[in-house]
Amino acid sequence: MTSWLDYTINGLIVGNVYALVAVGLALIFGVSRLINFAQGSIYLVGAYIGWVAVVELRTPLFITILLVAAASALVGLIIERFGLRPLQNSVRIAPLLATIGISFVLDQIVMLTFSPNPRALPSQLPDIRFQIGGGTIGSLDILIACVGITSALLLFLFLRYSKLGWAIRATAQDRDAAMQMGVDVNRVNQAVFGIAAALGGLSGMLVGMYYNQIDTAMSLQATLKGVVAEVAGGAGNVPGAIAGGLLLGLVESYGVAIFGTSYRNLFAFLLLILVLFLRPNGLFARARQAPPEPLTGTFIAPSRPIRTPRWALVTAFAVFALLPFLPVSSYVLQTLINAWLFAMLALSLTLVAGTLGQVSLGHAALLAIGAYTSALLSLDLSVPVGMAIIGGGLVSAALGTLLISPSFRLRGHYVSIATLAIGEIVSLVILNWEPVTRGPIGISGIPPLSLFGVELVSAASVYWFSFAVMVLLALLQVRLLGSHIGRSFRAIRDDDVAARAYGLSLNRYKALAFIFGGFAAGVSGGIAAHLYSYINHETFNTQQSILALTIVILGGLGNVAGAIVGSVALVGLPEVFRIAAEYRILIYGIALLLLVRFRPQGLLGTI
Amino acid sequence: MLSLRGLTRRFGGLTAVDRIDLDLARSELVSIIGPNGAGKTTLFNLVTGLDRPDAGQVSLDGQAITGFSPERLADEGIARTFQLGRVFGNLSVMENVLIGAHRRLRAVRPSLPLIGPLLELGLALWRPASVRAEEEQLREEARAILARFGERLLPRIDQPAYSLSYANRRRVEIARALALKPRLLLLDEPTAGMNPTETSEMQALIAELKAEGLTILLIEHKLDMVMRLSDRVIVMDEGQKIAEGAGEDVRNDPKVIEAYLGHGSSQPADERETAA
Repeated sequence: MTSWLDYTINGLIVGNVYALVAVGLALIFGVSRLINFAQGSIYLVGAYIGWVAVVELRTPLFITILLVAAASALVGLIIERFGLRPLQNSVRIAPLLATIGISFVLDQIVMLTFSPNPRALPSQLPDIRFQIGGGTIGSLDILIACVGITSALLLFLFLRYSKLGWAIRATAQDRDAAMQMGVDVNRVNQAVFGIAAALGGLSGMLVGMYYNQIDTAMSLQATLKGVVAEVAGGAGNVPGAIAGGLLLGLVESYGVAIFGTSYRNLFAFLLLILVLFLRPNGLFARARQAPPEPLTGTFIAPSRPIRTPRWALVTAFAVFALLPFLPVSSYVLQTLINAWLFAMLALSLTLVAGTLGQVSLGHAALLAIGAYTSALLSLDLSVPVGMAIIGGGLVSAALGTLLISPSFRLRGHYVSIATLAIGEIVSLVILNWEPVTRGPIGISGIPPLSLFGVELVSAASVYWFSFAVMVLLALLQVRLLGSHIGRSFRAIRDDDVAARAYGLSLNRYKALAFIFGGFAAGVSGGIAAHLYSYINHETFNTQQSILALTIVILGGLGNVAGAIVGSVALVGLPEVFRIAAEYRILIYGIALLLLVRFRPQGLLGTI
Repeated sequence: MLSLRGLTRRFGGLTAVDRIDLDLARSELVSIIGPNGAGKTTLFNLVTGLDRPDAGQVSLDGQAITGFSPERLADEGIARTFQLGRVFGNLSVMENVLIGAHRRLRAVRPSLPLIGPLLELGLALWRPASVRAEEEQLREEARAILARFGERLLPRIDQPAYSLSYANRRRVEIARALALKPRLLLLDEPTAGMNPTETSEMQALIAELKAEGLTILLIEHKLDMVMRLSDRVIVMDEGQKIAEGAGEDVRNDPKVIEAYLGHGSSQPADERETAA
């Protein structure tokens, strides 16, 4: 048995790495009130640059460190200059979406360049271990500690004594005042992104060396861990971020010691949810902050939605309803079935993210809950498939709303973090709750779709079924949007302070949106489960959440017709052009970036 | 009907609202004036639940309402407008006003615990006759309220609020507040940024509301208007109440003159203040 001291050392070392990522996030949040979702991608880039340096170029360790820091900083500068600076005067949702898009683009570029297979990243250090009390400490541990302490010290000196450092701190305190005093905010942003990226890249390299393995899945995990550490320390608080990183490292290390490795990530996310719920301003924040500045409808782009004429809708409906009678291949039908399933997810997300303004990044979790519920109801309890799917929708509505409810008190970017974490928790619970979910093996032999005892065998019948369900959900949503509830959702999105002052309970209406949206997403997941006949904890993943978000932005936030058009476009077009699967996510990421930059209101406009 | 006792709010070292006592009788119009940063808006936030006092009590018609949530206070009949104007930008003028009437939705919002929200969802989707009738009645009322602003808002009833002029957005805010059918109306600088014509229109409207018996608490910088409308004036400076009384008495109070013109250089020469 390894000693507690070992777990403590391990926790502090890993925590040191989290702290490096978190400090970068805190700096960026400080000056631009933005949670940089691309931070993990820079960490990934850093790890692979380290690999190139160590394995291909065979540089000595010191040069490797400099190279990784410099190259990562360059990536950070590029992101700032081309990804975010053009959005400076844009609505608040824009930079958030942009960093999400950038992260997907970067991850995919790394994956396409280096293949998704894991690689070994040797540490270049002699493998010496020192005995301390009951534990041991390796040379790499010391390196990581040194890099951590040196960076913290350099950063402290920089922020404290250099002119640019002052400018950064001034901007973080009051951006407008700093600008009026002649601070070049663009330069501050540049500096902050450069530093954050250098720290992020370094931490990626160090983690790669620590585990002697790097792979492209590191990115999302790193973003999440960094964000957890940063939020725990108090967003924008640099010393807090270091403390948060170390705390997270220790919590994970002790958690693993007690419960085992497969629970590692669960602790991080539970810590996040706990912090967000109990101390949303961070563990070190003073109890109550000044009330938030008044903001008026600046979260999403104002626009006039394009009213789709009734005849166009009826024609489109007729064409798609009659499609199986036309001489089309079953491949086209399969693609469209997939599009209809995504349309249900997008309907759900466009309600929550668009109409209500709660940008959920964990929406695939609702699919997973619906899929598992429906599959287990039909397999274990022999519930007829049609009823099981409705059951999936209801459980997804209830459980999803319950799980997301801690995030109801959060605003803006925090909602995205919380939902991302909740999505990860759901997938981890599915992985670990073996007696019910069958764990990593997944569920196989799920009965095929059937209606009133008749199996839907042909592609055409499945097509009609999914199309009909999707249209029904869309019509219900249109009806909801036309009611006082739709109006209330949009009022809360535009200005939650004014909405509360007029008697709108945020909890009540957020819950109603997630109940309604959770049902649609759950039904989509349920149908998918019976269609695929096999699901596991990875069937419904963050990539689907991001694709759904791109669909929603493409169609226009809150726009029901837009969600459907967007699904056909983003799910269907890559099939039509036969774009290989590995390029698709890259294309979704680029599409998201271009949309945010050039048409933030989407094709059909925000409602 | 409204009564504040020792209301206090501190931000760090700064006491934004310092032991304020205030009593407001039914159908009375009381104005709060004072230099920028005197704590007037913070006081409004404390009364409407957007901020919570560190000490002191608020009561409405004898009922203690200190620390109630804003939505609860809206239900109690307190409506307010905001200093910088907070309309719902993507909602139409009509929808903005209907949000004001939200607390009066009865048929579609059964007041049952737990299943109430689910019934509300069901009723919103199903829309039985009672729900439709209620919505139609509120729309009628909203049109009547908008008609009080002459031709300013009626022709723009279906336009999104973000497309309106600044003055029209302020009007929408007041229309939204009136749709709540308030017991107590708090107006935070309703004429800020308005030209003289628009200001006198607004003044006439407020006088009309007062004549109808509405109880109003008004923050305003334009002293002419304050003098004409108010039953009483309260002057705040640095969080404290420095004077209270009839308009002219307050105007000639040396403490008030000092607050506006005196102590140091920190007071900006605000046109709106000097204009009076």
